[in-house]
Amino acid sequence: MDNVNTLTIEEFGRRLRARELTAEQVTDACLHRIEEDNPRLNAFILVMADRARQQAREADRELAAGRDRGPLHGAPISIKDLIDVAGTPTTAASRVREGHVAAHNAPAIVALREAGAVIIGKTNLHEFAFGTTNEDSAFGPARNPHDVSRSPGGSSGGSAASVAAGMALATLGTDTGGSIRIPAAACGIVGLKPRHGELSTGGIIPLSRMLDHIGPLARTVTDASLMYRALRGGSRPRSSAPVPVSGLRLAVPRGYFCELLDDEVRARFDEAIDRLRAAGARVADVTIRHASLTPAIYLHLVLAEAAAYHAATLERMPERYTPPVRLRLEIGRYVLAEDYTRALTGREILRREVDSALTGHAALVLPTLPIPAPPIGAASVQVGGVTEPVRSAMLRLTQLFNVTGHPAIALPAGDTRTGLPCSIQLVGAETDELLPVALACEAQIAGLQPPRSG
Amino acid sequence: MTIESWLQAAIADAERRGLPDLKPLLEALARAMKLLRDADWNEDATGRSTLHG
Repeated sequence: MDNVNTLTIEEFGRRLRARELTAEQVTDACLHRIEEDNPRLNAFILVMADRARQQAREADRELAAGRDRGPLHGAPISIKDLIDVAGTPTTAASRVREGHVAAHNAPAIVALREAGAVIIGKTNLHEFAFGTTNEDSAFGPARNPHDVSRSPGGSSGGSAASVAAGMALATLGTDTGGSIRIPAAACGIVGLKPRHGELSTGGIIPLSRMLDHIGPLARTVTDASLMYRALRGGSRPRSSAPVPVSGLRLAVPRGYFCELLDDEVRARFDEAIDRLRAAGARVADVTIRHASLTPAIYLHLVLAEAAAYHAATLERMPERYTPPVRLRLEIGRYVLAEDYTRALTGREILRREVDSALTGHAALVLPTLPIPAPPIGAASVQVGGVTEPVRSAMLRLTQLFNVTGHPAIALPAGDTRTGLPCSIQLVGAETDELLPVALACEAQIAGLQPPRSG
Repeated sequence: MTIESWLQAAIADAERRGLPDLKPLLEALARAMKLLRDADWNEDATGRSTLHG
């Protein structure tokens, strides 16, 4: 069976119910792809081949007996190794977690299994989710399927790589400053961070509980929507229908979000906006007044919470962390309470400013990343003539919506001339309102390509 | 605690602990602290502020 491992969940489901293929066949195809490509991409920490085949055969038997669990029935899904799957280690890509075995499934895994998903394995990540490139991992860096010398983004880098490379139909990641949207953008797939608090983060190793989210990465908005609804639970999740683009009111937050962009990222973004306008969308400019203070606010919030969680192990076993992650966790222990309190105030102000920017608009539209996927090992990048640390650049356009909790989704938006994915980000007031807008925009910007040279 | 005195103390503590590589990270945190302390939403005990939280 050719390329069934690259099907969307939607198409897989159609062909499964038409008896053109089985869940076992598609799972085997994904496992074969993992065997072939994981040595090169290092997307997986644990491949659950036997269990996955067993779950896939069970899914096929259930369907044959008339029990259809819904759109995710039989779909092979990978899981970021920050999330508990019963009977397997949750390593967080760290030697700190040596010997751990999860006793229970995280609620998100319970929901996915109830929906019939097949869990194919645990994916690589930036250690303890505290990074944006997946370079610092006890298991070595994950690599971008579009260019293995480049980062797949992070922290859910292995997750994104697993979907982009056809090792799973979709994946479950987490996002504290951008860790679903950043790797989705770097790998050319869709990544959804729902509204904060909508989906349980139980059974997931925390980085910063007030900023942590879980969510899907998938090939299409429809697939991400199907995953999201399965995670929400309830009976027979349905996909969203797109809203009409003609008359759709969108807003671009200029200034801080659009000043410093790679030239090709800017070009693809401008082309995406042009296409949306040509289809009848009304795109206005808005300003988020205190946006430039987002990094300072985010830093104080994430450092303080992460330090509290890691304090005991930083004292008992500091050598088990990768050195870069250890150092960033250590500085969290120097954050002063008065500055943390100022960050909390800033968070409320930013939340009101994003709400205000959204007033009268269906969504904000901005790039997801200001740069294409950076080279593995790069400490800094040149963006618009300015040298910027990679970590700062990768977080710059996503972290605000962790601070405020607004739902946000990354959509593929063409490539650079060298074939590196570009991405746009849509931000809304509510996830259920954002998804139909994302569907509509996805259809308009599909197939964006750089101009031919020469 | 002023940012300057905090930074001096933090760097000294990091060096005492054998973590000189913390210094640039502490300096970056100090810059973030200054941004928060200079933010126009901060009130002070005189009752003056440009934004009300």
